[in-house]
Amino acid sequence: MDDIIEITGVSKTYTSGFTALKGIDLTIRRGEIFALLGPNGAGKTTLIGIICGIVRASSGRVMVDGHDIVRDWRRARSLIGLVPQELTTDAFESVWNTVSFTRGLFGLPANPTHLESVLRALSLWDKRDSRIMTLSGGMKRRLLIAKALAHEPRVLFLDEPTAGVDVDLRHDMWQLISRLRAGGATVILTTHYIEEAEEMADRVGVINKGELVLVRDKADLMREFGSKRLSLRLRRPLARVPPALEGWRLELSGDGGELTYIYDARDVCEGVGDFLDRVRDAGIEFTDLGMTESSLEDIFVSLVRPSK
Amino acid sequence: MNLEAIRAIYKFEMARARRTVTQTIISPVISTSLYFVVFGAAIGSRIQSVGGVGYGSFIVPGLVMLSLLGQSIANASFGIYFPRFTGTIYEVLSAPVSSVEIVLGYAGAAATKSVILGVIILITARLFVPLELLHPLWMIAFLVLTAATFSLVGFIIGIWADGFEKLQIVPLLIVTPLTFLGGSFYSINMLPHPWRTVALFDPVVYLVSGFRWSFYGIADVNVGVSLGMTAVFLAASLAIVWWIFRTGYRLKT
Repeated sequence: MDDIIEITGVSKTYTSGFTALKGIDLTIRRGEIFALLGPNGAGKTTLIGIICGIVRASSGRVMVDGHDIVRDWRRARSLIGLVPQELTTDAFESVWNTVSFTRGLFGLPANPTHLESVLRALSLWDKRDSRIMTLSGGMKRRLLIAKALAHEPRVLFLDEPTAGVDVDLRHDMWQLISRLRAGGATVILTTHYIEEAEEMADRVGVINKGELVLVRDKADLMREFGSKRLSLRLRRPLARVPPALEGWRLELSGDGGELTYIYDARDVCEGVGDFLDRVRDAGIEFTDLGMTESSLEDIFVSLVRPSK
Repeated sequence: MNLEAIRAIYKFEMARARRTVTQTIISPVISTSLYFVVFGAAIGSRIQSVGGVGYGSFIVPGLVMLSLLGQSIANASFGIYFPRFTGTIYEVLSAPVSSVEIVLGYAGAAATKSVILGVIILITARLFVPLELLHPLWMIAFLVLTAATFSLVGFIIGIWADGFEKLQIVPLLIVTPLTFLGGSFYSINMLPHPWRTVALFDPVVYLVSGFRWSFYGIADVNVGVSLGMTAVFLAASLAIVWWIFRTGYRLKT
């Protein structure tokens, strides 16, 4: 899989003196779904703004499919579709006119067939003659996606695409994004819904205070930073963890009825089997057991929290 | 050149004019008609002809300029300010559209609307007073050049403004006084010394004078000077617009 976006040493300091990005190096692979995670003010939107040509980088270079965004800006921008974070739409235009406008901005002749397919895919076809001001918030969000897709981009930036939309619509959007990827598009999304990244992303980048903390395949990230919890429901409550189990990473519930063993997902030395053998040797009986794995959200919080 | 983008912006802006036809066309036509009633019929009948031209006819070019300047600025400034205000400017800035193409789209549409308005006012004026048109090509040239220049001025104001109040300040406090004092309703030769010399510092004098010359062959200043000054205003506006896009002033952070 080759790279479609190459970001090299990109920094951004605003005229106010605030440094939003500090030497970002990142590559996005062609055809992947990349989730960029970070707390508010981390620099996600600034980075997207720079790639899309809205914000000027203080230093560094960005290439989109081999085109420099400064020297060969026209070719670079023609490949990109952007769905902004805010619901920024016209009020009085019709749905059809606004998507046609966007397609025109990208230098493409009218293509009613394509626009119809985009609007149908986003359940907006019935609203094509409606004024934008009459649409609900969820519809406006979909309209922004339709506008971003009007010129058939190869790279789609979704800045908080599902903020403020209901659960059903969110799942519809996830399906749409999957279909876009299946059609060959590269999707970069920022989101506060870690569940979204966990559900969809191939790779995850975590940005905090303008620095890229890490970039990993999602599965590797889960494996590398994730932890697992094995919980035992005890037949007889314990007052304290028995001395025989000292040295193991254990939590005993307040009522003494549940003993939880927390272990690193990467750790192969301390196996679950060994632990259960020790529990049995210690004469502890249990009536039930359950296992949970840390979510991407847990990992994200653990990565970002120390630097706060 | 991204011609589709220019067309898209132009169509978008013209569609906005159609939606706001009352504000864009009908309102200035009514205002102009009222000027004719007041200055042309009521007061004009008591004023002698100016340079051999009846007063009602004399003020027509000035009235057209008055509307042309005001509407060019209003249309262009609102056209670019509103996307900035709503945030939709992002899609223009992130599209493969050059600064020249953006200006051609927005200012071109504003100038078109103003020229249409100017023609409508001329037709309206013809209903009230007789009109001569000695130099139609020069009339068109002055009409288009002035509309283009002040649409660029409007574009600059629309970029500079960070609120609706600022959007109104320049037209109200600068352009309207300059237009009224720029010989729209009189010849500056009628002014006593030294006010005639002072009036020559008003750029609108050159626009009105040249435009009036194209109708009746009478002018306060030489028509070549009028044309030259109009070209200077156009060049100055273009230079400021070029600087705006080069620096990203109020457009890009």
